[in-house]
Amino acid sequence: MSTAATGTAPAGAVVASLRRAWGASPGSLLAAALVIAFLAAFLLLPVGTVFVTAFADADGSFTLGHFSSFFTTSLMRESFGNSLYVALVSVVVASLIAVPLAYLTVRFEFRGAILIQTLGVLPLIMPPFVGAVAMTLIFGRSGSLNLLLDEHLGFTIPFMQGLNGVIFVESLHYFPFILMNLTVALRNIDSAMEEAALNLGCRGWRLFRRVVFPLALPGYLAGAALVFVKVFDDLGTPLVLGATNMLAPQAYLRITQVGLEDPMGYVISVIMIGFSILALWLSVRVMKGKDYTTVSKGAGGLARRRLSGGEAALAYAGIALVLLVVLSPHLGLTLLSFAQVWSYSPLPDAFTLQHYATVFAESGFMIRNTLLYCGLAALIDVAIGTTIAYLILRTRLPGRQWLDLVASAAIAVPGIVLAIGFLRSFQGLQVGGVPVTQTWVLIMIAYAVRRLPYALRSCMAALQQINVSLEEAAEMLGASGWRTVRRIVIPLMAGGILAGFVSSFITAAVELSATILLVVRESQAPMSYGIYLYMQSVAGRGPGAALGVLAVVLVALGTYLSHRVVERAQATSRPARATGGS
Amino acid sequence: MKKVAVECRGIGLSYGRTEVLKDVSLKIEPGEFFALLGPSGSGKSTLLRLIAGFNQANRGELLLDGRDIGGVPPHARNIGMVFQSYALWPHLSVADNVAFGLVERRIARDEIRRRTEAALDLVGLREFAARRPNQLSGGQQQRVALARTVVIEPQVLLLDEPLSNLDKKLRVTMRQELLALQRKLGITTIFVTHDQEEAMTTADRMAVLDGGIVQQVGTPAELYDFPANRFVAGFVGTMNLLEGAVSPDGEALRFDIDGVGAVRLPRLADAPAHGRLALSFRPHAVRMSGASASVDPAGGPQLTLPGVVQSSEFLGEFSRYVVRVGTHRITTDQPHLVGVRRIDDGAAVMLSVAGEQLRVLH
Repeated sequence: MSTAATGTAPAGAVVASLRRAWGASPGSLLAAALVIAFLAAFLLLPVGTVFVTAFADADGSFTLGHFSSFFTTSLMRESFGNSLYVALVSVVVASLIAVPLAYLTVRFEFRGAILIQTLGVLPLIMPPFVGAVAMTLIFGRSGSLNLLLDEHLGFTIPFMQGLNGVIFVESLHYFPFILMNLTVALRNIDSAMEEAALNLGCRGWRLFRRVVFPLALPGYLAGAALVFVKVFDDLGTPLVLGATNMLAPQAYLRITQVGLEDPMGYVISVIMIGFSILALWLSVRVMKGKDYTTVSKGAGGLARRRLSGGEAALAYAGIALVLLVVLSPHLGLTLLSFAQVWSYSPLPDAFTLQHYATVFAESGFMIRNTLLYCGLAALIDVAIGTTIAYLILRTRLPGRQWLDLVASAAIAVPGIVLAIGFLRSFQGLQVGGVPVTQTWVLIMIAYAVRRLPYALRSCMAALQQINVSLEEAAEMLGASGWRTVRRIVIPLMAGGILAGFVSSFITAAVELSATILLVVRESQAPMSYGIYLYMQSVAGRGPGAALGVLAVVLVALGTYLSHRVVERAQATSRPARATGGS
Repeated sequence: MKKVAVECRGIGLSYGRTEVLKDVSLKIEPGEFFALLGPSGSGKSTLLRLIAGFNQANRGELLLDGRDIGGVPPHARNIGMVFQSYALWPHLSVADNVAFGLVERRIARDEIRRRTEAALDLVGLREFAARRPNQLSGGQQQRVALARTVVIEPQVLLLDEPLSNLDKKLRVTMRQELLALQRKLGITTIFVTHDQEEAMTTADRMAVLDGGIVQQVGTPAELYDFPANRFVAGFVGTMNLLEGAVSPDGEALRFDIDGVGAVRLPRLADAPAHGRLALSFRPHAVRMSGASASVDPAGGPQLTLPGVVQSSEFLGEFSRYVVRVGTHRITTDQPHLVGVRRIDDGAAVMLSVAGEQLRVLH
């Protein structure tokens, strides 16, 4: 038995010393090399190229000239200010929606809690740029609400004017990030923390302000930073709403209208990455040493209390209002997809199925493209995610933490920046006579890189929950490294891997900012690009909305499915005993 | 099946600067039930995992049946280990858990079924074959873990605190079952525990570890009666310790105990006649009588000490007294029978220990 695995003497010795030094088999080293190659070629190289171009003169020497011309151009200064303003105000507005909702779910025992949880997912299943058109029809200057207000009360509210529209759409879309993170953080507070404060005479609002919220602050900040980054980097929404005096649209316009050689696009890219990293770093920095997960064994988080009749009515009214607003893009989009004509009236004049027929006739290939690109991208993501998780958690490979850091850093790279980097880095590169930048493969890889952090987190969490002794037991019984991975690790991780696949898939399905630059022919277009294209003309709105509804249904189904799978996996794979070894 | 010996020769293991095992040498005989006993952090689990192949030694040799297996990966060692957490795979049924190692060995399907059933019969769990591990009680999970390991007919069986997750009563039952199974299979077995009672009741021989160093190896009775040093004396059972200076005093010795004063001591075989002396004795070796009682001259040479009862606990079969002797506290167990009266706290008493019950510690 034992001689089989040692193999020939020198090779056996190398394998043994690898095991001894890094706990890594030759197979895992090969996997590590592949992952490094992928990240280097499709993340580090493109982003590095963007940075180099932003700081390089025409002759290739270092210069800050592009940055100084950025700050001396008034349009750029204005765009920079607008992007910052929109991102910050969106965080504030999203917080105003999310914080009370989170507190309600955790603190009170009432049926609305389930409603709020559903609420937390609904906005995320529709990309903001898709909702933006529908929002204009409902909240715009001549949208349903303002028409009614004007007619009956004689005034209108500028929800969608200029930057307001971007803020409104973005906060409605992204508040769930704060809601979900904060809810988890609040749930993890040990009830003893609260009881100790009550015991010392602190209650009500003071209890929330002095004890509860500070304890949940890390969760809030994590969510808020994410909202800031997402809004700051978003391209689709401002573009659809025509707010082009912001950074991402400016970068897009520069590259598409002036050309790949214009340095301003790269300067904007560097600024966007800089702010993304800054925001994420700040949130981590503030949270450092403040892991307040204080819930101890058996303690079930904050004490809940029942709402009195009046309070419940108030809570339900509030939730209903938020729900109505949150669902308005969905409602608007659905109406629009069935509307024959919808202009200057609160509701469409007549309904039709024509738009869906148009979509299926003209754009079936877009649905196919989406399934192909996103399916492959998600596959790559879970393969890389599982590999990185395994290397980090199960080997002592030097520098393995960097794999996690680099792969996760993709979250700070806006889609438009990655796309610009791809175009610049792979410009002129040909494979089999076909220019790489002309192929759909690049779109797919862009999706894989951008969604990698989601899949990686899922895979890491799944592997972390598996006690190492489960694998050691398999090795003990004669399973080699790869056999152990195949028979024990992957089956036990299956739920997490599938959840990672689905979250990569559905978020890639609605990604626009990289797509919009990388699609060179209409035949390559996925659904997200199709929706954007349709929405450009008034006549295309109907079919665009129909395609949008299909995308939302696809994403909703995926989300629901992954929830179910994760729940089932958790129910069946609960460890037999939670105790660890000594 | 051939019974094999396990031998550690000068094994050292460190994590960075922390030395976890220092020059460990042990020989475990074929078919032996051997216990590794020590407090947490003593390195006993590390040594067990090293034998399994999950830890790598920095120095020394690990021999299985006389062959160095230091470079052999765990899956090729054919050494079975039962984990403290049992490590049963939650995604597989009880039968699939047990069959796992047989599948790895590419054994024919019929044979796998036969041997899996036999292994489950061995631990009395055949009717639970289709269940999931998390549908079993702690004791049943323990048995599945055991069946999963012995079914591959390992050359050596390693048990890492296998009973620590069970309640006290079950622990005693399982301990006896484990021993019976080991005797039946005759596998060389190494058993890690921090519980001296568990080690003493099951092991043929045991090693006491502390600070990564083997303190003593021997049968449970040898370790109990002749502890090699203070650590073993204190860890295996309860031990009283007196230290002081000795000098010759005619036929006997004069023992000037620190914090107590001088007493007469019979000459002991391994005690020096001059210099420092550390003397130990078990609580039940101490006879306790009223202060006025005269020392029994027929009882042979003995050590006698006057003291005052400080506290006592009634434990059923015996009462345990703590007696203050000078600045020392001597623990003594007095057998209890119907009619024996408890001695009150504060009472003056005389303690005596027969010469052959005294141990010199080096």
